[in-house]
Amino acid sequence: MSAWAPRLRRGARLGFDTVRRTPVVLFPEGVLVLNATAAAVVGACDGVATVPDIVGGLAGRYADVRGDDVLTLLRGLVARGVLRPEETGGTG
Amino acid sequence: MTASPPFGMLAELTHRCPLHCPYCSNPLELVRRDRELTTDQWRSVLTQARALGVLQVHLSGGEPLARRDLPELVGHAHGLGCYVNLVTSGLGLTHERMADLARRGVEHVQLSVQAADEERADIIAGARAAKHKKAAAAAIREAGLPLTVNVVLHRRNHDQVGAIIDLAEELGADRLELANTQFYGWALRNRAALMPTRAQLDAAEPVVRAARRRLAGRVEVVYVLADYQDRLPKPCMHGWGARQLTVAPDGTVLPCPSAHVITSLEFDNVTERPLAEIWYESSSFNAYRGEEWMREPCRSCDRRGVDFGGCRCQAFLLTGAAENTDPVCALSPHHGVVEQAVAPAVDVPFVMRG
Repeated sequence: MSAWAPRLRRGARLGFDTVRRTPVVLFPEGVLVLNATAAAVVGACDGVATVPDIVGGLAGRYADVRGDDVLTLLRGLVARGVLRPEETGGTG
Repeated sequence: MTASPPFGMLAELTHRCPLHCPYCSNPLELVRRDRELTTDQWRSVLTQARALGVLQVHLSGGEPLARRDLPELVGHAHGLGCYVNLVTSGLGLTHERMADLARRGVEHVQLSVQAADEERADIIAGARAAKHKKAAAAAIREAGLPLTVNVVLHRRNHDQVGAIIDLAEELGADRLELANTQFYGWALRNRAALMPTRAQLDAAEPVVRAARRRLAGRVEVVYVLADYQDRLPKPCMHGWGARQLTVAPDGTVLPCPSAHVITSLEFDNVTERPLAEIWYESSSFNAYRGEEWMREPCRSCDRRGVDFGGCRCQAFLLTGAAENTDPVCALSPHHGVVEQAVAPAVDVPFVMRG
């Protein structure tokens, strides 16, 4: 699991909704409203950084970053089809 | 009750379409070309929609490629920060056109497929359409965009579910929507011809389940249940006027694409009233928000916050009152009309969409 390097699925992107004043993930047939921490996690999912990398990077910027919480969030986003667990080729 | 801002807008740019599918969900009476909104009017609709909270814009029809201003509207919606979905038959979607639309901001394409083989697909579409699908899918993939293959399932293609899944995989789909026909518009007129048999539905289920396992992580397979054969109604639109709105080609603003069938309501037009006012204040959008409008058995039902009483359009079409429980629900006193409609029937010919 430590080698797991999540990335956004093809066609998914992080955005900021100026109407709701909140970060969002936009993807085929869906919108997820994120809080600032979740947006930072998603923003770090580049298909290269592993989960420990992501947790480490966040720990430098936010207090009280718990690895378990990040992992739960990432797994939830994979289940929703927003994140792919690993690089699948292509840059879409 | 106070409504939240909408997330999605279905923009039906035109009712013009090269296909004549017998399950077309567009109204029986189509909006003619000379009554379609102008480019500037659509630009204004998109601007107002984004200001209202819309993030997902579905450019649909009819066939949206029939609008010459499609590239401009795509660029405008994208510039506003919307996620732009193109819903197309693929006819006329050349490599160049797709590349241009992707450059301007289309982020996802939904391509309709009528059947697994070209011969049957063309019979269902009422046009020589199938041969264009592969080229369209290739153009979408070459533009680097995610592809959803949309298939409406019914009595005449249900036996092909497995082959349709294989075709979607071959076309390079990221998502496959296998949607059993919902009976509105032209589909209601063809209900007897389209109604799948119980045996067809039972046979499809393990095929879909196996495909989901096999394709996990590669192709997302969405299966929309056969509404009439379900014992529980669908949570239609996640509630009336809750998350989405539809703008018809002439600017009529609807809580769902089929809502025009509810003739007891009056719908506003975006050329006459601001979109935000229609969303928050119009009688049509407020008609079935919340639970106050509900009758029994919904009113005291534990599931009223789960399925919202099903579909208002279906309740109106089949029982004459949109406030009634969707008769798909086994608890509805009108459930008999649904049971009758699913009773085994002989094969009936299609009435093709004009």
